[in-house]
Amino acid sequence: MSEKVLELKDITMQFGGVIAVNNLSLEVREGEIVAIIGPNGAGKTTAFNVITGVYAPSNGEVDFRGETFISNYPQGKMAKLYAGENRGKYAKEIRKTPDRITKMGIARTFQNIRLFKELTVFDNVLIAKHMNMSAGLFSSTFMLNRAEEKAMRADTLRLLEILDLADVKDEVSSSLPYGKQRRLEIARALATNPSLLLLDEPAAGMNPQETDELTAFIRRLKEEFHLTVLMIEHHMNLVMEISDRIYVLDFGKMIASGTPGEIQNNQRVIDAYLGVDEDGE
Amino acid sequence: MTLTTFLQHGLTGISLGGAYALIAIGYTMVYGILRLINFAHGEIFMMAGYFMIFAIASFPWFLAIPIVIIATVILGVLIEKLAYKPLRSAPRMSIMISAIGVSYLLQNLATYLFTALPKGYPSIPFLKKIFQIGDVSASLVTIITPFLTLALVYLLILLINHSKMGMAMRSVSKDFETSQLMGIKINQVISMTFIVGSFLAAIGSILYFTDRMTVFPFSGMLPGLKCFVAAVLGGIGSIPGAVIGGFILGIGETALVAMGYSTFSDAFTFAILIVMLLFRPTGLFGEKEVDKV
Amino acid sequence: MKKLDFKLKLLLSLILAAIALALLAYLDANRGQYSYTLSILERSAIYAVVAVAMNLLTGFTGLFSLGQAGFMAIGAYTVAILTIPVEARDAVYYVNGIADGLANAHLPLWAALIVGGIFAAVLGWLIGYPVLRLKSDYLAIATLGFSEIIRAFISAPQFDRITNGSYGLKSIPSFPSTFMVFGVSALCIFLMVMILRSSYGRAFRAIREDETAAEAMGINLSKHKQMAFVISCFFTGVAGGMLAVYMRSIDAKSFQIGLTYDILLIVVLGGIGSVTGSILGSFLMTAGREWLRFFDDPLMIGDFSVPLFRTGFRMVIFSLILMAIVLYYRKGLMGTKEFSWDGLYRFLRHNLYLRWRKPVAGPKGGDGQ
Repeated sequence: MSEKVLELKDITMQFGGVIAVNNLSLEVREGEIVAIIGPNGAGKTTAFNVITGVYAPSNGEVDFRGETFISNYPQGKMAKLYAGENRGKYAKEIRKTPDRITKMGIARTFQNIRLFKELTVFDNVLIAKHMNMSAGLFSSTFMLNRAEEKAMRADTLRLLEILDLADVKDEVSSSLPYGKQRRLEIARALATNPSLLLLDEPAAGMNPQETDELTAFIRRLKEEFHLTVLMIEHHMNLVMEISDRIYVLDFGKMIASGTPGEIQNNQRVIDAYLGVDEDGE
Repeated sequence: MTLTTFLQHGLTGISLGGAYALIAIGYTMVYGILRLINFAHGEIFMMAGYFMIFAIASFPWFLAIPIVIIATVILGVLIEKLAYKPLRSAPRMSIMISAIGVSYLLQNLATYLFTALPKGYPSIPFLKKIFQIGDVSASLVTIITPFLTLALVYLLILLINHSKMGMAMRSVSKDFETSQLMGIKINQVISMTFIVGSFLAAIGSILYFTDRMTVFPFSGMLPGLKCFVAAVLGGIGSIPGAVIGGFILGIGETALVAMGYSTFSDAFTFAILIVMLLFRPTGLFGEKEVDKV
Repeated sequence: MKKLDFKLKLLLSLILAAIALALLAYLDANRGQYSYTLSILERSAIYAVVAVAMNLLTGFTGLFSLGQAGFMAIGAYTVAILTIPVEARDAVYYVNGIADGLANAHLPLWAALIVGGIFAAVLGWLIGYPVLRLKSDYLAIATLGFSEIIRAFISAPQFDRITNGSYGLKSIPSFPSTFMVFGVSALCIFLMVMILRSSYGRAFRAIREDETAAEAMGINLSKHKQMAFVISCFFTGVAGGMLAVYMRSIDAKSFQIGLTYDILLIVVLGGIGSVTGSILGSFLMTAGREWLRFFDDPLMIGDFSVPLFRTGFRMVIFSLILMAIVLYYRKGLMGTKEFSWDGLYRFLRHNLYLRWRKPVAGPKGGDGQ
């Protein structure tokens, strides 16, 4: 049984009176590609935001390789408002800022591309190397860390070459066509040397051909960088083709989980998401 | 401190607070609708002071006051059309810099037109009439300021809550883009905001300067900043908040001066600002905004 | 795209520097004749440092701070207190006398400048801690507020024995040589450019572009924002110290909000995000203010006095020009670009050569004209 890389335990995220994620528990094991699917507004990106530290959950824990790095329970204003389950099960508060979580080895892309628009392709990726730099402000300013800087640049170039973006490396990132921008998002995330990669709708806006290319692309990346991948996606071809396991969310709650084959035949999923045909197929 | 002195200062404080409240409303309304800190608002207030000096020279007071109000309103709307409208789709920093630029321009314009020397503010006879209650004496303007302020605020709240324009304004301050999509005439709403803000600033300037006696080109700078602090204190975007903020600051400032710490009275205002921003940025009555990632 | 040979660029830079130095030496040697010009250049250099420091914060890191005047005041007062000759102190602090600890504290100018910068930086660190979390508009007002609070403390009677309250400080000894002003300014700007070129500078830019994405890429927001703020405050303090020496006497009124606005407008003029722009902007603004002086005097055409031309008109024209830039030329002079020999070469080649040469006739027209 391979190691559990990521585990969510009873994660509930409540905003005011709205429960966006409802008692979600899931796990991702070493080397897997796991997909989270569900209709829009099902709470998928919110779950990502909890994992990456953008939001503190209202209740629940998140573990990375067995160590709890996010934990919370209903307190303060939420103590009165909390309408979710498992109240009282968790009593610790552990928070980490997104940058610390990235340093742990969890990287993410964004649903709406968030590139550094005015910077070049090269700089977008190079910046992601900053967090692993050991030189301080002084050394860095007076160029005493020339070797390290050179290594960072070489790494960046190599990454761009692998992702087929080397030819545009000096272009301003916002001038790239959409497909390349998405690749750049992923390149940037990879530059942080993650072991777990969170992809938020990587195929958004892509046509079927591009989606096919992306499928092969993600497989290749997984092999090359020894990644575990957790992905939110709507394109069913991609999901069914590439995932080892799938979790299905609806209104913040998980309604099914299993292999692609199991999910395709699950009635609840079909009703909630894949759609019921006019003839009742 | 004797009761008399205390009451005397109290009255001054409330009066100052009223003037501050009226000006603070201008800030809070513009911020609510445009998310802009109208740095030039203090200068509009200052120009209103100068307008009065010139209006009184040629007209009797009952004509001068409306003329000043109209002139100030025109100035406010002009500024919006010329300096803020072109930047509506620009990043926030640009429009703030534009406001600073307008503030700078108005100060220099005033220095050019009216010289940097303080000019005497006219005494409108009936406003300066002194009333005596026991040992406490106060001019009419000091007494009517708080009442006038509250009356105007009441009317304004009526406007906001019970008129079509008011509803449009509320909707725009909640969601600018959607309001546009819903067919609300944004330009009219924005102009209205500036009309109301400038109107109140004009009245505030009359009340403020009648007691101060002089106007100079930088008269608007500190009161402008203080009134912005008042708006933040009360909760930026909230009109009752701005009023309460104005009174708190006016009374607090007067108290400090009375106690002998006048040099710190300005610093006191900014200290309040910082404390508010750190511990309760939404102010006493403001609403929390949630950022969507 | 043609790029110039590295050695050629180095040579050109050295020649430029040599010309600048020679010019300075000439002006300095003829001090009597050129004292006005020199003083304008010195002031420009000092403002350039503050402008670059402000640009570092605003243009490169995206933190809109309006507290520059306050930090300049800290640097100025520190330098003044430490460099006024010990013998003269009693005369300066004639009302209440100087505080005991300070009576004999004296440092050479270069040390005093560094101390001034450090004090400003420390204060920046303390202030930055709570304030940098705020949204841009609130950050602007909060820093503005701190600037005024600093000024209030400086003029407070309670601190008379340190700052001489509202009497101000005078008898500040001037620069040993004019080269010092330019040397220190150049050094400060050089350091800031080096910082901006480093990985940390890139991190600052990332924060400006998109904070959320920057954080997701492992950049600790509060640490880096603090860093940018402290660095900016340090150099602002040093520049403030230089300003004190330049002005020979200072008081709290020298550091009102108007000073911050001046710097902000320099930054806007030069281009938010361009160091070259800030330097150029500083010289243009300071010199421009002087050139525009002719607007202040009555203009006579024959016997006819053109209306409008009198004292104060120059500042109105100036403000209008700035408004025009803010509204219509938002990128300023340089946008986000920097000066480079390559850029200059390309510019000249495009405008002087390529534009005017005759188009090549025929189907195989050379460069695809």
